[in-house]
Amino acid sequence: MNRSWSERIIEGVIRLSAGLAIASLILIFIFIGKEAVPLFTSAEARAEAGMSKLFLGNRESPDGKRVQVWQPVSEVPKYSLWPLIVGTLKATLVALLFAFPLAIAAAIFTSEFAPPGLREVVKPVIELLAGIPSVVLGFFALIVTATYFQDLFHLDYRLNTWNAGFALGLAVIPIVYTVAEDALTAVPQSFRAGSIALGATPWQTARRVVFPAAFPGIFAAGILGFGRAIGETMIVLMASGNAAILSWNPGYSFRSLSATVAAELGEVVNGSPHYHVLFFIGVLLFAFTFLLNLAGQLWVGRLRRKLTGARS
Amino acid sequence: MKKLPLAAVLFSVPLLLPAAQSVTIKGSDTMVILNQRWAENYMASRKDAVIQVTGGGSGTGISALLSGSTDICASSRPMSEKEKAALQAKTGVPPVEIPVAKDGVAIFLNTQNPVKELTLAQIKDIYTGKITDWKDVGGTAGRIILYSRENNSGTYVFFKEHVLNKQDFSPMASNLPGTAGVANAVSKDPKGIGYGGAAYAKGIKYCAVQADDKSPAYLPDEKHILAGTYAASRDLYFYLRGPAQGEVKSFIDWVLSRAGQSVVVSVGYFPLKKAASKIK
Repeated sequence: MNRSWSERIIEGVIRLSAGLAIASLILIFIFIGKEAVPLFTSAEARAEAGMSKLFLGNRESPDGKRVQVWQPVSEVPKYSLWPLIVGTLKATLVALLFAFPLAIAAAIFTSEFAPPGLREVVKPVIELLAGIPSVVLGFFALIVTATYFQDLFHLDYRLNTWNAGFALGLAVIPIVYTVAEDALTAVPQSFRAGSIALGATPWQTARRVVFPAAFPGIFAAGILGFGRAIGETMIVLMASGNAAILSWNPGYSFRSLSATVAAELGEVVNGSPHYHVLFFIGVLLFAFTFLLNLAGQLWVGRLRRKLTGARS
Repeated sequence: MKKLPLAAVLFSVPLLLPAAQSVTIKGSDTMVILNQRWAENYMASRKDAVIQVTGGGSGTGISALLSGSTDICASSRPMSEKEKAALQAKTGVPPVEIPVAKDGVAIFLNTQNPVKELTLAQIKDIYTGKITDWKDVGGTAGRIILYSRENNSGTYVFFKEHVLNKQDFSPMASNLPGTAGVANAVSKDPKGIGYGGAAYAKGIKYCAVQADDKSPAYLPDEKHILAGTYAASRDLYFYLRGPAQGEVKSFIDWVLSRAGQSVVVSVGYFPLKKAASKIK
């Protein structure tokens, strides 16, 4: 009797904590969303920062052309989100360009080629990278690699997208690596045995059998890495230069959505249109990373079903 | 016995409040921190005084003075003749203007930059993106790299209002947190230009500023800021509806005293007179 009681209590506690996690997720979304709502309902906020101004820009120049500028503290505040969105995506692409090949190659090496002893060393070490506080990565990029990248590419701007993207990549590598490595090791041993038995070399086996079988998982790793890069704040705040430039040129500085919230929310006038716009950016980021993570998890689930043979 | 102090406080608050002489200061956001420090220090020395500080901007403060809802208006710009006339029409006496501190922004250049002085107009064109090459202002050819503060900083607003004439910064300007961040960036960037309060960093130098191309260039040192000859500086004011009386007068006297002016230095502005200065 006693045992079943204690089991029931433990089960209840576990259920409660799972419920709390989900509830807090929903509550976070509601509370952030609530602060963004006046952009749709309040006349004052809509006049200054309605959706058309956020996504189409202000009509500024005398010829009535819309300008895409982020200048929230100005005689006429301008809140076009495009410089921020382009900046965020630009940095994320640079980060993934650098992180994906490295992380996936490392995952293939540890799961397919590394002797077991080496694998036990390499995997935890790469995963330790995830434990480096992002402020340290940001500082490293700001002080050390910025000068290096400027000299390497002969760039005018010291705090450029290559530099911040590289530091972001360092933050993304462990996530992509871990998930990709798990996907590769989850491929049943029988696949490899069959391939080798048919005369394929280990490299052919890895490339033509194991990699395609694990591809959904590797794809999911990519999506999770993408979500991490888009939401990362401290690194870009420190290393990007935070200039809201509407340009895809990776030699320029950029201003990301997340860094904008971090830099401006501290001093913004509570309840002003600017304040609501910052929360709206929060909603955008939240929705973006949430959807990406959801998609990533679904891909992982599909892979697992496929490889455990539930359905092929 | 232990409960007594709490009870005493609870009962005495309603009795004390009417007796306390409350002074309100409203206006300039730039001066909010300065005003708060003044109020805190003043209230610490006089237990019965209550100073309330609110921001909102110099314009807000001036309209509050006009409507009589504040005792002191803090303003980071001199009142216009129109505003003074409106106040006099309302009260019958001319408003009282009291400079209380000075504010100045230094322009930083990398020590390798051959440029030594710039006019206010050149600085404005550089930061609004009209001048993009150092060769146009007497330097060696190369793109000018702009460093600025984040838009929540008072220095950003001062620079925008006073140097850029309220025009927008060029989007190419990098925004860094803190004057130290700007100084550090300029020290690592031979083509960089930055601005901020007094900052000390290896590898940067102050740029001398000319009010226009005919006037001499001055460095942002104490002498020229206090004398008002350094172009990128301004006075910070208190405005009153009439001659100061009672608690307002004793507060302003204290602000202008050595103790009050040393608060100015600790907040990062310049005092009115050299005597009170402790910075080098």
